[in-house]
Amino acid sequence: MTLSETHRTIDAIWRMESAKLIASLTRMIQDVGIAEDLAQDALVIALERWPEIGIPDNPGAWLMTTAKRRAIDLMRRTKRRDQKYLEIARGMDLYKEEDVDHALEGEIGDDLLRLIFMTCHPVLSQDARVALTLRLLCGLTTDEIARSFLVAESTIAQRVVRAKRTLRAEKVPFEVPAGEQRDKRLSAVLEVIYLMFNEGYSATSGDDWIRPLLCQEALRLGRVLSEIVPQEPEVYGLVALMEIQSSRLKTRVSATGEPILLMDQNRAKWDRLLIRRGIAALKRSQELGSTLGPYALQAAISACHAEAPTAAETDWIRIAALYEALSRVTPSPIVELNRAVAISMAFGPSYGLEIVDELSAEPSLKGYHLLPSVRGDLLVKLGRFDEAHTEFERAASMTRNYREKELLQNRAHECES
Amino acid sequence: MRFMMIVKATTDSEAGVIPSQELIDAMQKYNEELVKAGVLLAADGLQPTSSGIRISYPEPGEKPKVMDGPFTESKELIAGYTLIEVKSREEAIEWALRMPDPHGYGQGEIELRQVYEAEDFMDNPETLAKEVTLRKQVAEQKKAW
Repeated sequence: MTLSETHRTIDAIWRMESAKLIASLTRMIQDVGIAEDLAQDALVIALERWPEIGIPDNPGAWLMTTAKRRAIDLMRRTKRRDQKYLEIARGMDLYKEEDVDHALEGEIGDDLLRLIFMTCHPVLSQDARVALTLRLLCGLTTDEIARSFLVAESTIAQRVVRAKRTLRAEKVPFEVPAGEQRDKRLSAVLEVIYLMFNEGYSATSGDDWIRPLLCQEALRLGRVLSEIVPQEPEVYGLVALMEIQSSRLKTRVSATGEPILLMDQNRAKWDRLLIRRGIAALKRSQELGSTLGPYALQAAISACHAEAPTAAETDWIRIAALYEALSRVTPSPIVELNRAVAISMAFGPSYGLEIVDELSAEPSLKGYHLLPSVRGDLLVKLGRFDEAHTEFERAASMTRNYREKELLQNRAHECES
Repeated sequence: MRFMMIVKATTDSEAGVIPSQELIDAMQKYNEELVKAGVLLAADGLQPTSSGIRISYPEPGEKPKVMDGPFTESKELIAGYTLIEVKSREEAIEWALRMPDPHGYGQGEIELRQVYEAEDFMDNPETLAKEVTLRKQVAEQKKAW
């Protein structure tokens, strides 16, 4: 192996092991910042030594032992010969290099869960949660995170440092909260994962490979989470949603970078394996919960599209019903607007228009260009071209996206003839 | 990126000999590891080629030749596969190295192959149109059942 090959291998091993390392170390040290530093130290030592001695048979255990030795050194240096030190010393006896994996079995999952509850803690801003989770749970470098969010590396580095400082200052414990608090915090975790996913999914600019990376990382993290907390229907719901949406990753943008709407996408290019996995996860979610949660409902809607061989064969009646269920669980004007579209596809444009008209007084949709755009579309279908014209003009004046504006103006123009 | 870890066949796998409990346990543990890491997409073991069928085209443009198994040259045959989604080639290699020796007796062999992404070869509109029709037919057949 050449030096650069060894380094690439070490990179790969780091990605596979870092979250586990940091999670275990945080449990011992109770400080995620120091834990990450210790894990990084172990990585630096590996980068120095492995090119000489070769990659160890169990590289994860090697890194863990090395990091733990550093932890003890650190404790000695800071002369904190307290309970914590004794605990680590005892831990060292337990974790012999060859059976680290065995000794940690069962615990690793718990530690990872505690770590993700920490990086998604509500004391942190949403941005900080995403950056810290990508860094600590996904093993992404600050450079990779910065490139995926199209910001400077220093911005991300600062964000991560500040987040770790906040966790320390607020004395956020390394634990899984109990009872009602647990549910609330788990949905905060799911929110971070989905935010991460959407960041990658909705973007149509930026580096070609780095944006899908965010989707992949979010999906991987979701799959990992579903293994750690296998009884949570909404975790499977979110995994299902991400699997199915990922199946369309490659078809939603044209070769020239324009977004392609779901109905116009080339279904032959959808990834059948991911669809199958998504539907399996959705089924699991349905088996676990008595009623579908918001992620599972969105996944079910997504599955309707995935299962339709052609756009024309979409089961709009079912989609309309699912949107109705969704608007009951998480009432929002945006969900209502989507429901209006589904209703119009299922039962005719006049029924959709009724819902849209009710929404026109909604203050939160003021300035939301999709409202007049949808209304215009329904009016066209009803042959009311003059009104449709006004709606498209209005929608065009509301959007700042150039391509969208052009499209809406064209539609307005079509209404004139 | 996706990789397929292909486990090659051996005299035992071809004879339909069930692996030792030890190997079955080790494989199961390994698969669990893949699942826990969120990288496993699919995995299957294949029956011996004695129940396989081979279709070949010795004469281009002519009818294919259909041959029943078993087939010889076991090094060329496969006994199973595991499909993983990873970030790099090195990560795929690292995972493959962690798979237990699939057979023992010096016969174990794993081949690692990167999977083409759909866009690599699906850009021909005609192929795509055919694919749509085909899937539609499959769906209709399903409904008919």
